[in-house]
Amino acid sequence: MAGLTDLGVAQIRDGVRDGAFSAREVAEAFNAIVEKGRALNVYTVETPELALAAADAADKARASGDLKPLSGVPLGIKDLFATEGVATTAGSRILEGFTPPYESTVSGNLKRAGAGMLGKLNMDEFAMGSSNETSAWGPVLSPWRRGDGGNAPLTPGGSSGGSAAAVAARLAPGVTGTDTGGSIRQPAAFVGIAGIKPTYGRCSRWGMVAFASSLDQAGPMARDVRDCAVMLEAMAGFDPKDSTSLDLPVPAWEASLSSDMRGKRIGIPREYRIDGVPAEIDEVWEKGIACMRDAGAEIVEVSLPHTKYALPTYYIIAPAEASSNLARYDGVRYGLRVAPEQGNLTDMYEATRAAGFGAEVKRRIMIGTYVLSAGFYDAYFNRAQKVRALIARDFERVWERCDLILTPTAPSAAFALGEKSNDPIAMYLNDVFAVPASLAGLPAMSVPAGLNAEGLPLGLQLVGKALDEQSVLNAGLALEERAGFTARPEAWW
Amino acid sequence: MSDYRIHGATGEWEVVIGLEVHAQVTSRAKLFSGASTEFGAEPNTQVSLVDAAMPGMLPVPNAECIRQAVRTGMALEAQINPWSRFDRKNYFYADLPQGYQISQLYHPIVGEGEIEILLDDKDEGSARRVGVERIHLEQDAGKLMHDQHPTMSYVDLNRSGVALMEIVSKPDMRSPEEAGAYIRKLRSILRYVGSCDGNMEQGSMRADVNVSVRRPGQPFGTRTETKNVNSVRFIMAAIEYEANRQVDLLESGGTIVQETRLWDPDKAETRSLRSKEEAHDYRYFPDPDLLPVELSDAFLADCRASLPELPDAKRRRYEGALGLPAYNAAVLTAEVETARWFEALLEKLGHEHAVRASNWVISDLFGALNRLGKALAESPVTPAQAAELLRLTADGTLSGTLAKQVFEIMLETGEDPAAIVEARGLKQTSDTGAIDKVIADVLAANADKVAEYRSGKDKLFGFFVGQTMKAMAGKANPQVVNELLKKALG
Repeated sequence: MAGLTDLGVAQIRDGVRDGAFSAREVAEAFNAIVEKGRALNVYTVETPELALAAADAADKARASGDLKPLSGVPLGIKDLFATEGVATTAGSRILEGFTPPYESTVSGNLKRAGAGMLGKLNMDEFAMGSSNETSAWGPVLSPWRRGDGGNAPLTPGGSSGGSAAAVAARLAPGVTGTDTGGSIRQPAAFVGIAGIKPTYGRCSRWGMVAFASSLDQAGPMARDVRDCAVMLEAMAGFDPKDSTSLDLPVPAWEASLSSDMRGKRIGIPREYRIDGVPAEIDEVWEKGIACMRDAGAEIVEVSLPHTKYALPTYYIIAPAEASSNLARYDGVRYGLRVAPEQGNLTDMYEATRAAGFGAEVKRRIMIGTYVLSAGFYDAYFNRAQKVRALIARDFERVWERCDLILTPTAPSAAFALGEKSNDPIAMYLNDVFAVPASLAGLPAMSVPAGLNAEGLPLGLQLVGKALDEQSVLNAGLALEERAGFTARPEAWW
Repeated sequence: MSDYRIHGATGEWEVVIGLEVHAQVTSRAKLFSGASTEFGAEPNTQVSLVDAAMPGMLPVPNAECIRQAVRTGMALEAQINPWSRFDRKNYFYADLPQGYQISQLYHPIVGEGEIEILLDDKDEGSARRVGVERIHLEQDAGKLMHDQHPTMSYVDLNRSGVALMEIVSKPDMRSPEEAGAYIRKLRSILRYVGSCDGNMEQGSMRADVNVSVRRPGQPFGTRTETKNVNSVRFIMAAIEYEANRQVDLLESGGTIVQETRLWDPDKAETRSLRSKEEAHDYRYFPDPDLLPVELSDAFLADCRASLPELPDAKRRRYEGALGLPAYNAAVLTAEVETARWFEALLEKLGHEHAVRASNWVISDLFGALNRLGKALAESPVTPAQAAELLRLTADGTLSGTLAKQVFEIMLETGEDPAAIVEARGLKQTSDTGAIDKVIADVLAANADKVAEYRSGKDKLFGFFVGQTMKAMAGKANPQVVNELLKKALG
């Protein structure tokens, strides 16, 4: 049944429930299309048997009348999530051959909600990257191509590039992503899908390979806002195994979805209008503002004065935490071990980490080690922590004037593979709009808003108050309804 | 201040000592994981996913470890910080799976406190106060095993993640004896509180010993730190060795380098491990996986309410309310087990007999256990049995000699004293008729000595007592024998 892979998460859930098709039919259809989509390098591991097993369980559950919230929905899981019995490498050679004996809380929550797993999704190594080019397993190709007749392979963004491409190419109805400084939102924008990073602490980080602990957050990526709400409800929730997890009930986000924006004030931060950003970004932003106004919202100009410090702050804090988080990959207990003949322990560390980590990961470990070093700690790490507090305070103050903030998600449309891979600063600039919400721990979502002149998707970002995912989702829905984004890439692969 | 001095070739030197004691927190589970902490298990059988630092694993603080650190701080009358935080101390070693130790550098859970030490148990005037700088919580590391393979080392992670309290003293000690008294007193307090078993052989308590020397009255000298010394004797020996080494070095024109040293118990010397220049840059920063530790008033009140009577207070009570000699009070309160044993005995016997009971415990019981090579916990005689024995002596049922006999049988068989007295007929008799009859026989058999006594040789009285007691197999009440003999000898 070809049409089944065109369905989204909620549609599959409802169809299975209503008996329009069986879960097994859905799983088989996706398993087949996943196999056909291998040219995109989206999946690092395919698990068709797990998708089928969950589907059969769903069909049985339907027969016995105890369907779960995601029964019959097969999903792709970013390879940053540990999956019991299924290889988990976080895009790194240093974890080659590592099969965890445990399941991350988030992927476990999805399983318990009845979802099946199609496979593990390619990503930037340890989630460090904005183009998926740092993956040890090769870059993911975006299903999108420029409408200029050229066939330059484009990036799906990163670090959740495999996740984004899978949804855009219909190789999964929904997927998990993770976002440390834009890793859900930027790829979602690049491939024309929706993705939300919830408030820091909504989703447990237990079993998620750590990049930067104070920033890492899991979130769903899917075709539309409703699907994101459905998935997030299943993923989120208090987890006593994560001390930073929020001990709060999970709201019924899907049931409360409403695109009525009357009475809501949308803030437009002036600091997000930066030099050198192409006109098409401003244009889609204007379009978004018009949509919000049309949905009944009041538009207010606001100021987030410390915005310009967000990116440098992020590129101190995230590498600092990463340099420590990645110290455990030492060749002693699991993953890659390179032990030179006659070498000692230090030789083994050096050889293992030299061979196991890619260039970008090494760069960030070095930056992080430097900013934490005696004599530099106060000038870099400590100062960055202070600036981070100021950035969070900017948002606190702005919430006195508005309920949500609307900005572009990324400063450009998707770029070609190789275009920025030798220029780390240009690559880091991709996250210039995404990083402030990460530093403040706020819920933020990207929703597709239009195509640029080359026919590539552009996304807009909505940032909300802490714990107010509902308003973010509602505004996303209002934008989605009015922007009328229906484009999808042609299947050339 | 101590007058302990090292007499160098060029004059006198004063020793300055500070101790950093690592005490394993008594808790069934580790500081940040649910894995067991039991000593002596097979390698790598008490290791959770968190302890092995598997990808994506996160630490969750063990509330019991936090409670124990707070109770310890309270026992040292220390500042308890209602807000503290965990930091990461980053370094690579094979026994450190995370690549960092979770510790508390910037905001420890316990601040300044104080420990009172007695250099002489009999003399309150020998009391000194040693400042405690701080107590923080941290993870222990695993252990490398070098004897399992010809070319490789193996790692045992059973200890990895076990909770330690690092108790940092101020540089307030001035002699090996003071350091020894400090460590013994600290150990005693920890065991009273129940926050550490103080078992130095099993590594539950070990000390980093900071030593420097100076001319009396001069500023502190450069110190060295001798790591992981694991007995009171070794700590004192390491200080003595290190202080003498430093004096020798300084007097021969050398300078002390700030360095980390190792104690070699076989050679009884310290050896350089690494200098300050080679020291790690630990890149401490707040652990982003953990929230700050915030202690509520209710939690603090609960911790305080759970504290037992501590050794100093107990010693003063024994001396005051119970009227014990200072030495007895000090001996009986030094170890929590001794005090518990003594108090269980008093509970049965009555506090009015405290002095006699304390003497009996210290001389008779300790003497016997010492002879048998047993610890108090292994005593064949229970406090209740001891109370019974002392009561039988007090009410005249047993003479001192009989009591000793009965006690020996108790030690051997573990039987109750009353049962022993009954079964073996060891009861003392005050039956004047029976005693008079024996006395009459003794006097008749020793008519010559009776005559001598009556002519003024008073010393012979003891002879008659001895003969009478002997004839009665030691069971006669000596007081009654005395009275009746005096009457008979007229």
